Amino acid sequence: MPKVTIDGHEIEVPKGTTILQAARMIGPEVAPPAMCYYTKLKTSGGYCRTCIVKVTKGSAQNPNPMPKPVASCRTEVMDGMEVVNFTSPEVLEARKGVVEFLLINHPLDCPVCDQAGECHLQDLGYEHGAAKTRYDFERRTFEKIDIGDKIQLHMTRCILCYRCVKTADQITDGRVHGVINRGDVAEISTYIENAIDNDFSGNVIDVCPVGALTDKTFRFKSRVWFTKPVDAHRHCDKCSGKVRLWFKGSEVLRVTARKDQWGEVEDWICNTCRFDKKQLSDWTVEGPSRIDRHSVISQGHYELAKLKLDTGKKLKELHGGK
Amino acid sequence: MGKQLLLEHINVPGLARLDVYRANGGYKALEKALKMKPEEVVEEVKKSGLRGRGGAGFPTGMKWSFLAKPEGVPRHLVCNADESEPGTFKDRFLMQHNPHVLVEGMILSSFALGANTSYIYIRGELLYVYHILEKAIAEAYAAGLLGKNILGSGFDLDLYVHPGAGAYICGEETALIESLEGKRGNPRIKPPFPAVSGVWSRPTVVNNVETIAATVPIINMGGEEYAKIGIGKSTGTKLISACGHINKPGVYEIELGLPVEEFIYSEQYCGGIRNGKKLKAVVAGGSSVPILPTELILKTAKGEPRLMSYESLADGGFATGTMLGSGGFIVMDETASVVKNLWNFTRFYHHESCGQCSPCREGTGWMEKVLHRILDGHGKQSDVDLLWDIQSKIDGKTICPLGDAAAWPVASAIRHFRAEFEEYIKNPSSIKDEKHYYNVRNEKAPVA
Repeated sequence: MPKVTIDGHEIEVPKGTTILQAARMIGPEVAPPAMCYYTKLKTSGGYCRTCIVKVTKGSAQNPNPMPKPVASCRTEVMDGMEVVNFTSPEVLEARKGVVEFLLINHPLDCPVCDQAGECHLQDLGYEHGAAKTRYDFERRTFEKIDIGDKIQLHMTRCILCYRCVKTADQITDGRVHGVINRGDVAEISTYIENAIDNDFSGNVIDVCPVGALTDKTFRFKSRVWFTKPVDAHRHCDKCSGKVRLWFKGSEVLRVTARKDQWGEVEDWICNTCRFDKKQLSDWTVEGPSRIDRHSVISQGHYELAKLKLDTGKKLKELHGGK
Repeated sequence: MGKQLLLEHINVPGLARLDVYRANGGYKALEKALKMKPEEVVEEVKKSGLRGRGGAGFPTGMKWSFLAKPEGVPRHLVCNADESEPGTFKDRFLMQHNPHVLVEGMILSSFALGANTSYIYIRGELLYVYHILEKAIAEAYAAGLLGKNILGSGFDLDLYVHPGAGAYICGEETALIESLEGKRGNPRIKPPFPAVSGVWSRPTVVNNVETIAATVPIINMGGEEYAKIGIGKSTGTKLISACGHINKPGVYEIELGLPVEEFIYSEQYCGGIRNGKKLKAVVAGGSSVPILPTELILKTAKGEPRLMSYESLADGGFATGTMLGSGGFIVMDETASVVKNLWNFTRFYHHESCGQCSPCREGTGWMEKVLHRILDGHGKQSDVDLLWDIQSKIDGKTICPLGDAAAWPVASAIRHFRAEFEEYIKNPSSIKDEKHYYNVRNEKAPVA
């Protein structure tokens, strides 16, 4: 099995593992951010360039460094490879550039965007971007498009990650949406604005890293950090039925798939579970969802209740000793 | 005039016809190759030292030897005729006036690689050349040079011409393959390389028109003889399409190693600068290679005369050198504006970016807008540094080389002509006084 060293951490991984996957196995402290790569979607990744890293040693046989930064999500590890990510100022600078490129045409309408609070672009901009933009031209805008009666596409916010295209291609039958036009006027669109009519079409909302594809049954209902997530399941003959319910008071505001540490869904869910089952009586609740404590959503304070902590001491720990 | 291999009979009337081409020694190389073993043909190409004529200059023989040969899987040869780089028009000229040299090259290269179905992917705008090639292929079929059992050798080949829809990006080999398969012309993420998984996931070699045509003289004269032409590792002849402020624009076949100064000023080639003006700058290999000012294009930084060869033009790296590229030789005289010219190039790359990866999709448009602002008279002094920073964040960070191609002209123009940018920003009225520019929207035609 090939051994790879990322930012000084060595790990042995199965053949065919990409640098990004290997970095995720080590942990979030070395894992590069990814905006377009999605583990569950074949051929995803390589587009956004946020996960670029520098390969300082190609492999044991060929110790030369790779001449250009590579997309870690699409580059397989070789035995003896050495990679630098957060330890390389060059990589950080390049990534900062990518973030700036992704943001120059983004409307930054977070105050009215339903994705705010769970938006990967927000996190990316906060963690890897610059505080100010140097772009002072008019931003690209599009009209909002309804894709079916439950999903709205707001291309203005899109970063063209192609995740929804791959989802529609691989999860649903008879794909009718893709990318039209090219360059900086390329847009995700349905074929002559056809509605996506498919049992699994709602998953494009979950894979969207930004607020370009939103759930119309949830639009403008609440900020996500005011809702409380719990894991629940029901017997469903179309999908696994394992979901996350987002409560406000006793009302289920929305249903999404469960997401893992990297913001990727664990199981695809069907549209019936997502859009039609909004009563608590439809579900068997398992318990509060685990949310990363850095997320604004975690201000629901479930961590404390769940871990039965000695409040004073553990609170201190929980907030990094502050 | 140096040795002419591809353009030797170019002035013979009716050379596009099979009988005329054969009367001038055509298809001799094919007859010779079909009597050899495929590996021997590859060996001859290796010996010739032929390097890719599409821009990157990768040794062709080595590229051929990388082709995967799994049992029972067909292989393909694809000719990249999607020539769309501003300033480059050598392949169009060759295909239009001498289509049979390409057809012959395709047949013998397919034989060498063991491909039984080959394609010529031609740029969509060159539809008239497409018809010329179709006619040449029909003639070759009728003469038994294509189809089953070519010239009794037992080798079968079907050759197709596929017109694109006019996208520059389809000149990138994996985007070309996607387009050839009938998909959207987006570059693929490599690896896998086409030599392993190309058209329909089969091993594929993609070569430029001129590269494939050059295999004909190589087989005719032998690889070793061919390697004697040229200089060092730049062997053979190269088609150069010269344009801009010169007395004799056109396509010239040169022996690699010709001094740049001789190429520009000699009566055999460009014939000097138009209207007795002085030379200001040269883009030596098509719009994407770095622009060089007079002192660096005629002589290297070390003071040696600069030659038309892969090595000499690249001497000094990008700091003081450039690239031979695809051979689009754009000459600018003292009246030309580097900034306007750069804006025109950048506008092209902005328009042609496929939009897959973010640095190129967003960065090319941003650079164009900043340059347009400078030319509009609203530039800021910080814009020059901004342009430099944008290009540095595109260069090398993209899926395909289009990002690099968009970044290099900006970098080199700032590197060598920074003062001109600053002058435009400081003194916007100097832009209005400029009489010589080309292809600028809403402006009067250039005054000769």
